[in-house]
Amino acid sequence: MLKCRSVWRKLAPFAGASATLCRQNVRRTGLNNGRTPAHVPAAHMATGPAGGGGGGQNHFYVLLVGGTCLGGAIYAYRTVKGDQRRYQERIAEISSRPHRRAKEATTSIRTEAPAVAEAEAQVKPPSREPSGPAPDAESAAPSETTQPPQADGPVFGGAAEEAPAEPQVEEAARRDSAQPSLTLPWHAPYLLIGGGTASFAAARSIRARDPGARVLIVTDEPDLPYMRPPLSKELWFSDDPAVTDTLRFKQWNGKERSIYFQPPSFYISPEELSKAENGGVAVLTSKKVVHMDVRGNKVKLDDDTEISYDKCLIATGGVPRNLQVLDRAGEEVKNRTTLFRKIEDFRSLDKVSRNTKSITVIGGGFLGSELACALGRRSHDSGLEVIQMFPEKGNMGKVLPEYLSNWTTEKVKTEGVKVLSEALVKSVTCKDDQLEIKLKDGRLVKTDHIVAAVGLEPNVDLAKSAGLEVDSDFGGYRVNAELQARSNIWVAGDAACFYDIRLGRRRAEHHDHAVVSGRLAGENMTGADKPYWHQSMFWSDLGPDVGYEAIGIVDSSLPTVGVFAKATAKDTPKAVTEKSGTGIRSESETEDVASSAAAPSAPAPAPAVAREDDYGKGVIFYLRDKVVVGIILWNVFNRMPIARKIIKDGEEHADLNEVAKLFNIHED
Amino acid sequence: MTPTLPGGLLHQIGFHIFIWEEMTTVRQEGKDKIIFVTKEDHATPSNAELVEENPDDPYEERGLILPNGDINWNCLCLGGMASGPCGTEFKEAFSCFHYSKEEVKGSECLDQFRTMQECMQRYPELYPQEEDDVPEENTSKAEPTTEDATATDSKSIFDSVQASDSTQASVGSPLES
Repeated sequence: MLKCRSVWRKLAPFAGASATLCRQNVRRTGLNNGRTPAHVPAAHMATGPAGGGGGGQNHFYVLLVGGTCLGGAIYAYRTVKGDQRRYQERIAEISSRPHRRAKEATTSIRTEAPAVAEAEAQVKPPSREPSGPAPDAESAAPSETTQPPQADGPVFGGAAEEAPAEPQVEEAARRDSAQPSLTLPWHAPYLLIGGGTASFAAARSIRARDPGARVLIVTDEPDLPYMRPPLSKELWFSDDPAVTDTLRFKQWNGKERSIYFQPPSFYISPEELSKAENGGVAVLTSKKVVHMDVRGNKVKLDDDTEISYDKCLIATGGVPRNLQVLDRAGEEVKNRTTLFRKIEDFRSLDKVSRNTKSITVIGGGFLGSELACALGRRSHDSGLEVIQMFPEKGNMGKVLPEYLSNWTTEKVKTEGVKVLSEALVKSVTCKDDQLEIKLKDGRLVKTDHIVAAVGLEPNVDLAKSAGLEVDSDFGGYRVNAELQARSNIWVAGDAACFYDIRLGRRRAEHHDHAVVSGRLAGENMTGADKPYWHQSMFWSDLGPDVGYEAIGIVDSSLPTVGVFAKATAKDTPKAVTEKSGTGIRSESETEDVASSAAAPSAPAPAPAVAREDDYGKGVIFYLRDKVVVGIILWNVFNRMPIARKIIKDGEEHADLNEVAKLFNIHED
Repeated sequence: MTPTLPGGLLHQIGFHIFIWEEMTTVRQEGKDKIIFVTKEDHATPSNAELVEENPDDPYEERGLILPNGDINWNCLCLGGMASGPCGTEFKEAFSCFHYSKEEVKGSECLDQFRTMQECMQRYPELYPQEEDDVPEENTSKAEPTTEDATATDSKSIFDSVQASDSTQASVGSPLES
């Protein structure tokens, strides 16, 4: 059938052309002797009309047509034969592969194996180079016989793939770090997808509440769970030159700790998970969950392993957003751009900061400002030029009210950062080994490296396969007040768009929220059924003079009421924060900086009140329909419980100055 | 001298209003109100009304002991003690201690304590054996609610836990940064 069609297709043009040629010739020369034209098309091989009349011209035509037809026919024939040959070869190759896999499967111990193995065999060949199928089969066989039979093992799916055979050596090495995954647990009572803060908090919660719980964390990063805030703060202030390896930082109380929540000895290996008497937490690193089958209560990893679960938490966090102009800018620009989120980004940016002369941070939010300040600190010693640009009018423009945002921007500038506000990037090109950033208003910035801190895209890759709802307003998986998406599935952390009973549906991208929501999800996975109630907080430090804690919805588009202490001589933020101990404060910064605050962009006040523009410390209330929905504690610390209480109450307060009294802002 | 305007019409940018009686400065910048207060301004007690706390609110964070007398193993005060590799041993020892009705509380629980200590000695990284009294909640602002189980030898742990036991750590307040 195929043969006929391909033949016809190849010949049709020729058939058509030669047939018309023939017919034309026939009519021209005239079939005087009455031969019917009907015969002519059939005779595309023959030389059409019989000789007779016409003279030499006819002979020429006849020869031309005949030659064309013959040539066409020969070409068609050869092409068709070639196609056929190639087709046969391909079929032969494909059919030989299942045959080889089937040989492997029959040597295994599993009972339901054949069906599974067949399915896997079909999946496996495309992913593997056809370089060494034979040695694979041989080494796969012994590995299967040595693996202990899984007691009640249905869908196993792991061993054959993971045999560290020749063609897979490079894969095994990559996945290494104690993850040979020969005897991967195929069933995890508690499966946590994602290995970040929320996941770890949930694991701890589950272990506390369910005795002997077996928890499996699957993460696509190569690292054990770690906390993110120090990556843009404390780690940059460390004096230790080996900090990029040790990842240890000094806390406010002087004690050192690692960014990892727990050392490796806290965890058990995935292989031991099912056998451990008292359960434990196992972490499977460098593995990504690519498919989720909610009906069957199982997930599939990127190496085709399947893991079934009883309860599952999705805590996949997000990936840094990129600017469209950077995405489209080409290889050269991309090699000089950092999207900052993980440990490897910290390491690479640290290296870059030591080896370049100029870094530009695009983005004026938390991460951008913190990185700019951290790099700006470095610039004092190294002469590194640090530029920060963003579309808003001032740093934290989307969070702080304008007057405070302007004040903060001035502080950031004193940290050694060149701030370009109201800057929209139009294009980025690479010229003479330098990046040229062209802004929409015409300004041109030349720099060596770009750090893009323009937001986080929540990771909802599993929404499609799992049939989970994604929120269109805030992004992330939509979950209820108990953080539940479906009956056995919870979502926590950056990826969760949850219903906050007090503040409404929202999504928070803060560390403490990841901890609180992860913890809550863990509680609910063990039967607690509690809604999100304990409000999470967040904080930011931007140098010695700007440190604040915040809670609730802190959006600069809301009306705000700020109550500040009139600055007196002894109210230096540096002194305050050192005493209460909140962040890292540079010793070299002096109090000169604090008192000589630049005036904000509001019209210059009368000299008598110039000192009042020094927003040393205070409380800022964010209102929505006259109810306080967010609070910032500006350089006042250890008052978060009061702030939390006010938000929890959700009352309308006539005079917020009275509420501010509760915070005792004049005291330390 | 700037006249005081009728209440509510403070929407001119940069307009200063001095309320002589209170020495408080109020300024309005668009939708944002800015108030500067002196220490004296805030000396009088606040008349802001707060909603009364309900001690039995099921949604709230609980202290170490739940209303029904059980131990809250997920209490922030315990750090990671109940969830680490020696979590089971810890739970057994502490449960025995908690429910002990002996003259010397916990005297019949020596076996459980010993098992727990043996377990902890196997993980010196997680349970450093030093004289450090504070279970590590309040150390890092980076993790107000998550902690590593660097709790110390069992005696001091139980001392500190017993202390919070009697004070009924409420609503997570002492456990913030």
